[in-house]
Amino acid sequence: MLASCMEFTVTHQILWRSSVPIGARKKTRAHVIAPGKSPCSDSAATMRQNNSITQETQEGPRLRKYAWDTNEEYLFKAMVAFSMRKVPNRETTEISHVLLCNVTQRVSFWFVVTDPSKTHTLPAVEIQSAIRMNRNRINNAFFLNDQTLEFLRIPSTLAPPTDPPVPIWIIIFGVIFCIVIVATMLLILSGIQQHRRKNEGPSEMEDTEDKCENTITVENGIPCDPLDMKGGHINDAFMTEDERLTPL
Amino acid sequence: MAISPYLGGVGLGCLIVSFLVSLYYNTILTWVLWYLLNSFQHPLPWSACPLDLNRTGLVEECWDSSAVSYFWYRQTLNITADISDSGSVQWQLLVCLAASWAVLYLCVIRGIETTGKAIYFTALFPYLVLTIFLIRGLTLPGATEGLVYLFTPDMQVLRNPRVWLDAATQIFFSLSLAFGGHIAFASYNPPRNNCERDAVAIALVNSMTSLYASIAVFSVLGFKAANDHGRCLDGNILRLINAFDLPDQSISRDDYAAVLARLNTSRPEWAAGLHLDTCRLEDFLEKSAAGTGLAFIVFAEAVLHMPGAPGWAVLFFGMLFTLGLSSMFGNMESVITPLLDLGVMPRGVPKELLTGLACLVCFVSATCFTLQSGSYWLEIFDHYAASLNLILFAFFEVVGVIYVYGMKRFCDDIAWMTGRRPGLYWQVTWKVVSPLLLLTIFVAYISLLASTPPSYKAWNPQYEQFPSRQEKPYPGWVQAICVLLSFLPALSVPAVALVQLLARRRRKQQDVQQDVGPKLQDGGVC
Repeated sequence: MLASCMEFTVTHQILWRSSVPIGARKKTRAHVIAPGKSPCSDSAATMRQNNSITQETQEGPRLRKYAWDTNEEYLFKAMVAFSMRKVPNRETTEISHVLLCNVTQRVSFWFVVTDPSKTHTLPAVEIQSAIRMNRNRINNAFFLNDQTLEFLRIPSTLAPPTDPPVPIWIIIFGVIFCIVIVATMLLILSGIQQHRRKNEGPSEMEDTEDKCENTITVENGIPCDPLDMKGGHINDAFMTEDERLTPL
Repeated sequence: MAISPYLGGVGLGCLIVSFLVSLYYNTILTWVLWYLLNSFQHPLPWSACPLDLNRTGLVEECWDSSAVSYFWYRQTLNITADISDSGSVQWQLLVCLAASWAVLYLCVIRGIETTGKAIYFTALFPYLVLTIFLIRGLTLPGATEGLVYLFTPDMQVLRNPRVWLDAATQIFFSLSLAFGGHIAFASYNPPRNNCERDAVAIALVNSMTSLYASIAVFSVLGFKAANDHGRCLDGNILRLINAFDLPDQSISRDDYAAVLARLNTSRPEWAAGLHLDTCRLEDFLEKSAAGTGLAFIVFAEAVLHMPGAPGWAVLFFGMLFTLGLSSMFGNMESVITPLLDLGVMPRGVPKELLTGLACLVCFVSATCFTLQSGSYWLEIFDHYAASLNLILFAFFEVVGVIYVYGMKRFCDDIAWMTGRRPGLYWQVTWKVVSPLLLLTIFVAYISLLASTPPSYKAWNPQYEQFPSRQEKPYPGWVQAICVLLSFLPALSVPAVALVQLLARRRRKQQDVQQDVGPKLQDGGVC
C-alpha cells in the first residue's frame, strides 16, 4: 500500500492535523487526534517535510487524553469510507480505498481517498463536503469534538447559541415591572385614603362643637371647652415637634 | 437663604446640578439593570460571540475585539462611531430606563418616609455582597497578585500632579459634597443633633468602604489578569507545538520560558517567524479600566470565569443597582426638597404628585441618553456638569457660612446643637484650609481643561487599529454645550444675588416714596 501511496501523483490532498494552523486566532487546545494527511505530496507546503514517507508500524503515542493505535486508524478509515459512501456516486467506497500517510507522533497525518479502480484520488472538495455532512458522527465515534478532532481546511459548522423563543430578560423585566407598578398603586391609594381621612377628621370635630351649647370661654386664643370635650386626648395648647420641622 | 439672601443662588445652583446629575446617573442604573436582567441565564449572553450569517465563523466585530466588548458596545448600546451621529432610540434601553425610574419613584414617593425604609435594604445589601465577593475573590487563583498590585505604590505615577488632582476630586465627589443631599437629609434630624459626630462618621465610613470595596475588586481583577496571562501563554505554547510538531501538552506553562529560550538559541529564525505574543502579568494588571469599562467589561469578563457565573453576575449587578439607587435617593431628595420648600406647587397638591412629576420630567429628559450616541453624551455630562460647579458651590458654602454668617455665630449654633463649641482643628480648617484647597483644585481643574482640547474615544469598527478606541475631538457645537453645562448652574449664584440686590433697592425706593408721599399731601392741602 505504501508503494501505491508513492505512485499516486497527488494533486488533491486533504490535510488533517491535530493542531490549529499557525496564524489562526483560535486559542483552543488541541488534544490529540489524529488527523490525516494525504500520501505524501512533494507539493505539500507544510513544515513537515522532514517526516519520512516510509511508514513505521504505527504505535500511536500514548498521550494522556487519547490513545491512538492501528485499530483507531482502522476506525478512522472506516468513518471516512462511510462518509464517502453517503455521497451519491460513491457508494462503492471501501476501507481499503482510504490511505493514510505521514503519521506523526502527536497524531497528525494526511489522508486521501482513491476511487475503486485505485488509479486516482478523489478531489479534495468532494471529500471535504462529505466529511462536513457527517462530522458529528465522526466526532462521536472517537468521543471527541470539533476542537479536539480538527480537520484543517474543513471549517466546522458552529452550533448556533440557544435562542429561547422569548428572551429571558423580557420575562424577568415583566415580573419586576409588574411588582413595582402594583406596589406604587398601593402606596398611592393608601396616600389618598389617608388624605381623605384627614379631611373628614376636622369636619367631624366642627359638628360636635356646634352641638355643644355651653358657652365657650376663650383664653389665649384657644377655646377651653374643646380641651374638656376631647377628654385629654389631644392637647391643643402644646405645639408638636412635627410642626416645627420640615413635614414628612 | 437663612444665611444671606444674596447666596440663595447657591441653593438654586445645587438644584440644577442635582437635576443634571440624576439624569445621567439613572442612565447608568439603566445599563446595570439591563445587565442584571440578562444575568439570569446560562451561559451568560456576553460569554460567546454570535455567529455570522454563514454560521461558519463569528461576527467580525466580535472576533476582532472580544465577546464582552461586543455585548457592551453593540448589543447593549448599539453605539455609533461619532457623537454627531445620533442614531435611533434603543428600545430595550428605553424600557429599562422606564423601569429604573419606576423603581426610583416607588422609593421616593413619599419622600423620607418611603426612602427611609428602602435605604435599609439598599445600604446594607451592597455590604453583604461585597463581603461575599471578598471571600470568593480571596480564594481565587491570582488574587494575591492583584492585592500586591493594589498596595504597592508606584513612585513614578505618584510624582504626576494630575494623579493628586484626580484623587482630590474623587474624594470630593465620593462624599457627595455640595450636592445639597446632606443638607436635605439633615433637615429631617431633630435640632439638637450631634452633627460633628455625623460628619466624622460619614467621612470615616466612606473611606473604609472604599478600601473594603477596592480589596474585593482587585482580588477579582488579579484573578482575571492571571487568567488572561495563562491563556496568552497557552496560545504561544500552541503555536510552538504546531510549528515544531511537538507532542501535544509536552510544554506546560512553567516550562514555557525555558523551552522558548532553548528554541531561540537553536533555531532563532523560526522562533522569530512565529510572532509570539509577549505575555507579562503586569501588562494584564495594568489593563484594568475605570468607570463603565470596569463594571461592564472587565468585571463582567472576570465573572464569566468563576464557576457558577450567572449567580455571581446576578449578585454583582444587583449590588451595583442598589448602590446606584441609594445615590439616586440623595440626588432626588436634593431636587424635590428645594422644590417643596420653595412652594412651587399649590398647597393642596399631595407630595406623591410632585415626586411623580419630577420623575416624569427626568425620565423624558433622560431619553436622549438611550440614543445610539447616548454613551458619549453621558461621558460629557459626567465630566462637565458636576465637577466645576460643585467645587464652586462648596467654596461659596464654606465662605458664606464662615465669613458672611460669621464664625462666631456659627460656633454658637453648633454649641447649642451639640453641647460644646467646635475645637481649633475645625475652626482652622473652616477658615483657611478648606477655602484654599477648594480654590487650588478649582484653578487646577480649569487650567487642565483649558490646556488640552477636549476629545473623546469612539468605538469605530472601521478604525485601522480596532479594537483600540479612536480618539476624536469634539465638534464645535458639542464644545459649546460642554461650556454651558459647566457654567450655567454656577451662573445662578451671581444671577440670584443680582435679583436680590435689585429687589432690595426697589423696596428701599418704595419705602422712601411712602415716607415722602404724605408729607407732600400735607403740604398740598395747605
